[in-house]
Amino acid sequence: MKVSLAVEVAGIQMKNPVMPASGTFGYGEEYAPYIDLNNLGAIVTKGLSLRPKAGNPTPRITETVSGMLNAIGLQNVGVDAFIEHKMPFLRELNTPVIANFFGNTLDEYGEVARRLDAIPELAGVELNISCPNVKQGGIVFGTDPKAAFDAVNVVRKNLRKPLIVKLTPNVTDITEIARAAEDAGADALSCINTITGMAIDVRTRRPKIANRTGGLSGPAIRPVAVRMVHQVVQAVKIPVIGVGGISTAEDALEFLIAGASAVQVGTANFVDPDAMQKVIDGLERFCLEEGIGDIRTLIGSLEGQ
Amino acid sequence: MPNFKTRILANQEIAPGYWRMRIQAPGAVAACRPGQFLMFRVQLSLLPLLRRPFGIFRTGFQPSDVDGLPPVEYLEILYKVVGQGTAMMSELHQGDRVEILSPLGRGFDPGQPGREKILVGGGIGLVPLFMLAEQLVADSKVRLLMGGRTRDDIIAITEFERLGVETYTSTEDGSLGEQGLVTDVLEKKLDQVADAEVFACGPMPMLEAVHRICSRHGVPLQVSLEALMACGVGACLGCVVKGAGHSDENPRYLCTCKEGPVFRSEQLDWSRLEKTDSFCEGCKQ
Ligand SMILES: Cc1cc2nc3c(=O)[nH]c(=O)nc-3n(C[C@H](O)[C@H](O)[C@H](O)COP(=O)(O)OP(=O)(O)OC[C@H]3O[C@@H](n4cnc5c(N)ncnc54)[C@H](O)[C@@H]3O)c2cc1C
Ligand SMILES: Cc1cc2nc3c(=O)[nH]c(=O)nc-3n(C[C@H](O)[C@H](O)[C@H](O)COP(=O)(O)O)c2cc1C
Ligand code: FES
Repeated sequence: MKVSLAVEVAGIQMKNPVMPASGTFGYGEEYAPYIDLNNLGAIVTKGLSLRPKAGNPTPRITETVSGMLNAIGLQNVGVDAFIEHKMPFLRELNTPVIANFFGNTLDEYGEVARRLDAIPELAGVELNISCPNVKQGGIVFGTDPKAAFDAVNVVRKNLRKPLIVKLTPNVTDITEIARAAEDAGADALSCINTITGMAIDVRTRRPKIANRTGGLSGPAIRPVAVRMVHQVVQAVKIPVIGVGGISTAEDALEFLIAGASAVQVGTANFVDPDAMQKVIDGLERFCLEEGIGDIRTLIGSLEGQ
Repeated sequence: MPNFKTRILANQEIAPGYWRMRIQAPGAVAACRPGQFLMFRVQLSLLPLLRRPFGIFRTGFQPSDVDGLPPVEYLEILYKVVGQGTAMMSELHQGDRVEILSPLGRGFDPGQPGREKILVGGGIGLVPLFMLAEQLVADSKVRLLMGGRTRDDIIAITEFERLGVETYTSTEDGSLGEQGLVTDVLEKKLDQVADAEVFACGPMPMLEAVHRICSRHGVPLQVSLEALMACGVGACLGCVVKGAGHSDENPRYLCTCKEGPVFRSEQLDWSRLEKTDSFCEGCKQ
């Protein structure tokens, strides 16, 4: 039997539904010695901003139970350096490249979108309206439906490429934001970004990361992410990419069955640079074992609703 | 040999709380440079989640236990038990399967042949200096100044001596060698020798002092830093330190895992390296 793992999200054709989560895979080249980038469904870059961004003071990360907290603060090379120094490597790949980006103001969102739209080899963009670490930008856009609409809308006006909007879980009702993003012209949604958390060193009585709070990621957040993907899938018509705590094929399958059209693997890359390849191989094996010829038949196949 | 599954050849306690682990690693001798490190996956399960970074102490070959088979290539780490991960590592045995990512990072630049080399180690910070010493003794006089809190913190000295390295020890409690700080020994040595290069690894306050002494004497210094790491390959940006010329307006962060862990001292912004910048629980003196 031949199994097809191919999926399409927002018009982006992928040979399988597995891609890295933004910020956990650098600009792709960092992991090139460890995993064949051409085997991935797509590559998602570190979040880009109009100008280079320095990020937060250290310490920026700490380990928690089955997870980690990070407050990197969106350190990145900026969109122009990305085009000049990172795209030459990425454009040689035989895998769609999706640029994740953010802005501090609506104008900035529009401007970054315009510059990314001009890169022919980019398959699409992922708009981060959900970073919990940046004081001025991000969070207000991601947590208020009206602001989310405005941010997505300004990007949509400056962008012809496929537009994926990444949602934050740090809200009371994620479906409101999901609908606002859809109404403003998003072609797909990814959920979730990290969950705001805090860890304290009991000896020094100080927060373990300099920013005080950080974003929780890793296996610890998976049940929350699966729940939110399930909710969002019910609320919108556009496809949803599942992110949050995926490290095995079985984890990815949970998201697909809950209704995600594709998945992103984040923190697990740090633990095992081969994690995404194992997820891809495991999905194929699962389909073979279950007699499933096309992985798309699994999407949204949750029983007992 | 980037990411590979292999097995433990030996894992022994060499001093109270300090362990030496020998890991089978084909290709290690040619691939590992002095000052490089590896990321060790403690369990194939998710507890603890992240890999742990360790300096590569040495590489080599040992005879195979099976007659007629070629020698087994290995690498060794020396580690101090400080928390959950290292405690679990100390429970591992010969034959256990492990997964490592190695070699990583930029190592030491051997400097000018012929010039005297002074290595300064604090506690477990001694680790990356051994392969460096192996390389340097070929064409330079090499001294090791080794400091610890007590005699238990002074490890692997005889191995340096076997290479022909002249060693000096100091302990804060005077239980071995001179009583006092290793940096006092360095100060005296630099007063005696005219032309030297210094290589140091240890707790951040020690490195800061070494930096001050070396700048005063106009002596080149390379330091190996520790930082909290998630990926070890430059992807997460969790391990950065402030570089020279760093300011809030014009921040310059360097990645310890990729641009380091070894830096020339002038690459770093010493005035702004907070204690937390190089997290040093593991080598706390
Ligand atoms: C480049 C590099 C080389 C190192 N070489 C050695 C070595 O040769 N021998 C040795 O004994 N130790 C070394 N360390 C420190 C070693 O990585 C830590 O002691 C170890 O990770 C502690 O793990 P734990 O689970 O026992 O401690 P925990 O405190 O339970 O660990 C919690 C988290 O903090 C991190 N962490 C704790 N202490 C340190 C530390 N000092 N530096 C960086 N991260 C830390 C852990 O990796 C983990 O993510 C090195 C660190 C770095 C960055
Ligand atoms: C170190 C780190 C950096 C991240 N940077 C970004 C980023 O730049 N943009 C973004 O949209 N999400 C970023 N994220 C969030 C991840 O893309 C992902 O949504 C989150 O980690 C949950 O997935 P995981 O549990 O598989 O890691 C980052 C996460 C981590 C751990
Ligand atoms: S540890 Fe991830 S960038 Fe250095």
